[in-house]
Amino acid sequence: MAFNTPQELQYARSHEWIRIEGETATIGITDYAQDALGDVVYIDLPEVGTSRDAEAIFGAVESVKAASDLYMPVAGEVIEVNEALIDNPEMINSDPYGAGWMIRIKVAQGVGALLSAEAYAAFVEEIQH
Amino acid sequence: MTQPPEWQRTPLYARHVALGARMVEFGGWEMPVQYRGILHEHQAVRSAAGLFDISHMGEFEVSGRDALAFLQLVMTQDIAAIGVGQSNYALLCRADGGIVDDTFVYHLPGRYLVVVNAANIAGDFAWMQQHSAGFDVTLTDVSATMGMLALQGPQAEAILGEIGGDAALPFHGVAEAHVFGDLPVLIARTGYTGEDGFEIFCATAELERLWDGLLAAGATAGLQPCGLGARDSLRFEACLALYGHEITTATDPYMARLGWVGKLGKGEFIGRAALQQIKAAGASRRLVGFEMIERGIARAEYEIRQVGGAAIGIVTSGMPSPTLGKNLGMGYVPLEFSSEGSEFDVIVRERPVRARVVKMPFYKPKYKK
Repeated sequence: MAFNTPQELQYARSHEWIRIEGETATIGITDYAQDALGDVVYIDLPEVGTSRDAEAIFGAVESVKAASDLYMPVAGEVIEVNEALIDNPEMINSDPYGAGWMIRIKVAQGVGALLSAEAYAAFVEEIQH
Repeated sequence: MTQPPEWQRTPLYARHVALGARMVEFGGWEMPVQYRGILHEHQAVRSAAGLFDISHMGEFEVSGRDALAFLQLVMTQDIAAIGVGQSNYALLCRADGGIVDDTFVYHLPGRYLVVVNAANIAGDFAWMQQHSAGFDVTLTDVSATMGMLALQGPQAEAILGEIGGDAALPFHGVAEAHVFGDLPVLIARTGYTGEDGFEIFCATAELERLWDGLLAAGATAGLQPCGLGARDSLRFEACLALYGHEITTATDPYMARLGWVGKLGKGEFIGRAALQQIKAAGASRRLVGFEMIERGIARAEYEIRQVGGAAIGIVTSGMPSPTLGKNLGMGYVPLEFSSEGSEFDVIVRERPVRARVVKMPFYKPKYKK
């Protein structure tokens, strides 16, 4: 199955996407991730003003079946969270790269190793087989 | 994902993949967890009907002059009370009262069929064989040649009628029949969803025909193929125990609220002395159902703590209930925390989230009795 992996975004192996715009960045989960989770029914988001290292847990999404942690693709301080997801977590399934965005952060120094759209798509292809 | 080759597949594996199912490992089997989605499939079973491939389940045939006496020894249930053409829930217990497995025992003309959990097939068979010494009994594991489907939901009766099955079976009734005119099956009015419905057994070689025929017959009634995800959420709402979660060798029938399956008056059986003692002393821990009253979802293995205090128990199953729209759970707590209205904290990602004990089952089963 082919998943949408927009060209202009960068990706983490833990299936988050990140859109870096200068000093800030927006983070969500990929089309592959939302499909693998199934119907998302719940989300825990971090508090604005808190900082996390790259690869640290920033929240969790839950389907009927299971809970999955969310990881920071890069280090940074949370400056905004998508509160609309709390009442409408299904937007993560229907629009993972748009209305389903999760947090905005102020990027800390030193963005680590992120994947390009091609590299992430190849990674997803590999774990599916 | 990379799958170790030792996972077993049911004869319907290719059907599941063709229907777009997501396949996962369960009890050593590669099974569909969902097709269109767990919520959609759950709803289909509550409002119309669902079809589940449960061919991973184990089936043993028990026959011979001492079949009844043997089953009376290994099962806590009173097997003598199950007439020909009937079935009932039964437990295999150890001498200390710990639960080896939960099973369903079907009484057929001249034999019994015992359905066991997929992950426990080898262990149950060895357990039963070991206790069959001295009995004139033939115990055969027919799991490899017997397929099993569950047709569940308010439309199940009509759909079964469409294919020529005996939809007039009473609750827990079982009968040999033919569907599509010539396909020999065993039909039982049993299930694991809290809805009316049937479990249908047939030879593995005929399973694809039965699956295809049922899906075609049920299409207009809204029959939906359903995976293990919905099977779990449906049984959870009806508070039906899942082996490895609510029941294990470390739990006894009384703490699991399955005392009704332990028939102490029927005569000797394995575990009877221990169960008599446990019953007399009273269980110190008990399975409870609870609702999360703060924001959070309980999951199996999460710790339960006294409000603001020490660990008192463990969650066995938990999820957002699709039918009731609440975050619910089941778990073991000391007796003093088990009455309706009692409150405790469930530790969700290191954060205590308040929960309150509620009545079980969460969803009142809609069986046709």
